[in-house]
Amino acid sequence: MSATLLAVQTLNGLQLGILLFLIAAGLTLVFGVMDFINLAHGVQYMLGAYLAVAAYALTGSFWGALVLALIGALGLGLLLELLVFRHLYDRDHLDQVLATFGVIMFLNEGVKVVWGAAPLSLPMPDLLSGSIVLMDGLLYPVYRIALIGAGLGVALLLYVLVSRTRAGMLVRAGATNPAMVGALGVNIRRLFMLVFGFGTMLAGFAGILAAPILVVEPGMGDNLLILAFVVIVIGGIGSIRGAFLAALIVGLVDTLGRGFATDIAKMVLSPSAANDVGPAIASMLIYVLMAGVLFFRPTGLFPARSG
Amino acid sequence: MTGSNSSRGVSRTGLAAIAVFAAFALLPVAAAAMGDTFIVFFTIRVMVFAIAAVSLSLILGQGAMVSFGHAAYLGLGAYAVGILAEHGIWDVTVSLPVVLLTCGLFAAVTGAISLKTRGVYFIMITLAFGQMAYYTATSLSAYGGDDGLTMWGRTEVFGFAPLGDRTSFYYVVLACLLGVYLLARMIVASRFGRVLKGAKQSEMRLRAVGIDPYPYRLAAYVIAGMMAGLAGALLANAAEFVSPAYMSWHRSGELIVMVVLGGLGSLLGAIVGAASFLVLEELLSHITEHWRLLFGPFLILVVLFGRGGITGLLGKGGRND
Repeated sequence: MSATLLAVQTLNGLQLGILLFLIAAGLTLVFGVMDFINLAHGVQYMLGAYLAVAAYALTGSFWGALVLALIGALGLGLLLELLVFRHLYDRDHLDQVLATFGVIMFLNEGVKVVWGAAPLSLPMPDLLSGSIVLMDGLLYPVYRIALIGAGLGVALLLYVLVSRTRAGMLVRAGATNPAMVGALGVNIRRLFMLVFGFGTMLAGFAGILAAPILVVEPGMGDNLLILAFVVIVIGGIGSIRGAFLAALIVGLVDTLGRGFATDIAKMVLSPSAANDVGPAIASMLIYVLMAGVLFFRPTGLFPARSG
Repeated sequence: MTGSNSSRGVSRTGLAAIAVFAAFALLPVAAAAMGDTFIVFFTIRVMVFAIAAVSLSLILGQGAMVSFGHAAYLGLGAYAVGILAEHGIWDVTVSLPVVLLTCGLFAAVTGAISLKTRGVYFIMITLAFGQMAYYTATSLSAYGGDDGLTMWGRTEVFGFAPLGDRTSFYYVVLACLLGVYLLARMIVASRFGRVLKGAKQSEMRLRAVGIDPYPYRLAAYVIAGMMAGLAGALLANAAEFVSPAYMSWHRSGELIVMVVLGGLGSLLGAIVGAASFLVLEELLSHITEHWRLLFGPFLILVVLFGRGGITGLLGKGGRND
């Protein structure tokens, strides 16, 4: 368990945290403003990655693919909103869960039909390929550092948007008391379209960023969606700040847990038992963390909604 | 509140239940006459999932607890049987108590935490606990990990193997389904069941008459978990194989679909829903291997336009609030 390994795992954890934040941010705002549970949010992450692969085939450039895929993700998200989600806002959570589950089934299968079930990949941009020496004996890929940087940039942008602009103020007000915001003459539906489109783009953006370092395959969004749920539950529904902190915590705990649980288990158990127990404990860690947070704060660390 | 209606409703539901179970009981005879063995295997699967759906209906339909991690109990029940078998323990007198204890314990611990929360939080937490069970199963390298665990036989009763023969296995599963259904009906009709329903309608009023719904919800959650565990144990026997896929969150979603398809709030509806889902899956997958491409939009349409499910369409109650 050397310092180098710890540093690498910490960076990997940050990187997972950033991806989770990009997904959780849209999800938590949509929950917060419209009380709408969108299981299909993870599918939008997947679509971002697939669109980027398709756009790369067209343009031959990562940056072109990035722009085209972002536009495509936004377009598809708004289309889904128009066709399905819009009719679900007044329904109970069970209906929302079922209908968005139907969307997941359709789109996960749909990408299989269009692009095949085999994993695809997106080449890294030349500008960001290669590695740099961070400290003695620690070589880290530039792309992953850029990913962390881009995520932090988006987080900063979101912070400014939500806390310094009029639209952001309305979003915050909507998350706290949507009925009152509507009563004050704000078109809450249009506000929601804005939030929803933005959230969709963020999830798509996460998918595009992840495409060069993870495999692009059907169902790739499902696991991240559930991790994003854990993030939101820990952070408190509707809170960007909560989502950001919780995403970093979950990313770090999960990655460091997987990296070191077996080694730590070896201190108290025989090596063979540790090899069995370590991974099992590592995969449970974030859920135990979530259970712990909920036990003491049932509405998460930074609940947005009052009363 | 609806005394005269419900007494009429019960007798109609009772008749419908007798019809459904009579159909299940006669099916192997008809299949034998037609020389069709596939349908018997298929119906065993239907009944196993019907048990799980009835158990979910008990908490989802009666208590409005949208558990998105119910497949975990299917998996836990299956793994309990599979792991015992791996160690050479096949007898039902050991495996059944272990299955019920494991599932009951998991339900008690996760339920105690989850039920502190409401609404969306509850959905997400049950989902997360379900995933926890799933990932734990995939990391059990001693028991197959990702690949799952093959069982070289089926559960025995004092050295006999009633599950070895297809027809007797069929009737064992049917008896389990009948038992679970009757138990669930008794629960719904009891004071306990009325508290659950009351908590669904208005928790505040229930508290006002001096009843804290939390222990009732938790008890129902544990009972449902144990019932689903039984379904899991039967599933492991039917497939002679145990896999983490039993616990995947898609499976949990499908269980909810079964309950809602049949008609929320109707226990018999859950059985009808499970049968309809699996039949539809079978039929659609004959049309195309990408059957989900058709089922997804179908599900969306059912949610948007078909409230009340199949039992609601047939006018046999369904949800009346």
